[in-house]
Amino acid sequence: MSTVEETAEVSRSREPSLWSRLKTNRNWLAIWFMLPAAIFLILFLAWPLILGVWLSFTDARLARPGEFVGFENYEWLWDDSIFWLSVFNTLLYTIVASAIKFAVGLYLALLLNRHMPFKAIIRSVVLIPFIVPTVLSAIAFWWIYDAQFSIISWSLRQMGLIQQNINFLGDGNWARASLIFANIWRGVPFVAITLLAGLQTVSPSLYEAATLDGASAWQRFRYVTYPLLTPIIAVVMTFSVLFTFTDFQLIWAMTRGGPVNATHLMATLSYQRGILSGRLGEGAAIATAMIPFLLAAIMISWFGLQRRKWQHGEGND
Amino acid sequence: MVKAMTDAAAEKPGTTTQVLTSDTQEGMTYLESIPRRIVTLWLPLGLIMLILLFPFYWMALTSVKPNAQLIDMETYNPFWVVEPTLDHIKKLLFGTQYPRWLWNTMYVATAATFLSIFASVLAAYAIARLKFRGSQVVGATIFMAYLVPPSILFIPLASVIHFYGLFDSPLALILVYPTILIPFSTWLLMGYFKTIPFELEECALIDGASRWQILTKIILPLAVPGLISAFIFSFTLCWNEFIYALTLTTSVQNKTVPVAIVSELVDGDVYRWGSLMAGALVGSLPLVVLYAFFVEHYVSAMTGAVKE
Repeated sequence: MSTVEETAEVSRSREPSLWSRLKTNRNWLAIWFMLPAAIFLILFLAWPLILGVWLSFTDARLARPGEFVGFENYEWLWDDSIFWLSVFNTLLYTIVASAIKFAVGLYLALLLNRHMPFKAIIRSVVLIPFIVPTVLSAIAFWWIYDAQFSIISWSLRQMGLIQQNINFLGDGNWARASLIFANIWRGVPFVAITLLAGLQTVSPSLYEAATLDGASAWQRFRYVTYPLLTPIIAVVMTFSVLFTFTDFQLIWAMTRGGPVNATHLMATLSYQRGILSGRLGEGAAIATAMIPFLLAAIMISWFGLQRRKWQHGEGND
Repeated sequence: MVKAMTDAAAEKPGTTTQVLTSDTQEGMTYLESIPRRIVTLWLPLGLIMLILLFPFYWMALTSVKPNAQLIDMETYNPFWVVEPTLDHIKKLLFGTQYPRWLWNTMYVATAATFLSIFASVLAAYAIARLKFRGSQVVGATIFMAYLVPPSILFIPLASVIHFYGLFDSPLALILVYPTILIPFSTWLLMGYFKTIPFELEECALIDGASRWQILTKIILPLAVPGLISAFIFSFTLCWNEFIYALTLTTSVQNKTVPVAIVSELVDGDVYRWGSLMAGALVGSLPLVVLYAFFVEHYVSAMTGAVKE
């Protein structure tokens, strides 16, 4: 294609003007085409990202630039038991919720991949929790978990399993469990539908061959489905871990970190310290402390993709 | 890495056709007996669906339940409603600024989506087709931008927005949301653009078309399904966005639905539940309706973005 351009220029036998070079040279063209996206991403993503790391080394407050204070914010956090509680909560929340989301999501995907009537409708209905804004479904969960009028407590009482209402969001451990459940509820459809898309690319003839060879259902899953699904599992779980780790809305809508900081995640603590109390520096330090964990998640994704390359063979990149 | 990822995105149309064939194939199901199918398929599937849908049923039920029935669970069965009422919805629409919040959400989501799609189409075309120097690096950078979560950005962003003088205005949200949407839609559109035969573009170039003409007259008409996917998914993400809206808007009339429900509708009143649930229901409906019309586009947007 480049030869076409060259011959066109030669036939004009004239040095192209600067303007036409700006219009046709692909490197210049690319700059014009990238410009709108680059402006947005630099002004509102890259710059705040750098600024956030810088802020974490200052004592800035809202609408007032701060002085450089070195590692003071981090030293302060290091001795802060609430911060460590939020780290513990975040890890617990991420690990438990992601593991269950993966297990239930994979199970649901396998169910949805079977032959059945109304498959398309069932599949679309499953995705609804993912479509509805998180805060709005969190509000519904808040009402379901209400201390006085919880429908779960009511049902259990009617069945005679409990005498007293469960204080779902008022007790530390119950609150953690309730939030994790709500997060799983919201995340399962995403995991299931994306894994289902992966499952549908597995050729049925492989299962038929395995069955003829006498493989049990578990062996078919373990030696056919799972290896072929590994790359997409790696990517889906990276996203799932990433979004669970940085979750904010669900917690803020339901408990705001309470009772007594028992459900504070790093993101909510950073909002409380940074925006509500106005100590931008300290909030930014908490947010910056999340970055190493996020990098770890991205590395997992990277190695998942490497493995995919290896599975597809060297030349098939 | 980039190449592996973009190639997989280009495979997408292939996989959707496979989806269609596997939907119509019976496979080995004839090997299963009916009772076994009930226990291994319908029972667990029914249970999961029940749990997934119950909160919405509960939301809808509460929003039409009279207050007396909401707090009296002994004389009335809480799972049903007698004499449904529209009081909560009426109170929501005429007693609060809900219509205003709904309008804000719609306005911000639409504007941010249009801006992002415009920027993404250009960027995706440049990365996928112009093959300029460093295009692979740019592609990888955009993918990385996708992985930067709002939770670590909102604090510096608040001070940046202060600095730009945009604090507490819908414009701030319109300009900030594209940072979430552009990486996602660029990635999605790159995959679509790669499936369009390069020969079409060569013909147009030989006929003397400029790159701009090629993009608007050849590539875009052929990428309509991808554009719809990117469009509705971006719109949904905007509608769902919470942390930036919470941080960057403070006055009541500038809030979006998710933020306003959490901060304005929640008061100490025991009877708030009816209007809260009505608010959640009305706020979700536009997205659910949109979803009902474009299910396949949602699924392909979601899986396309994840499959790289």
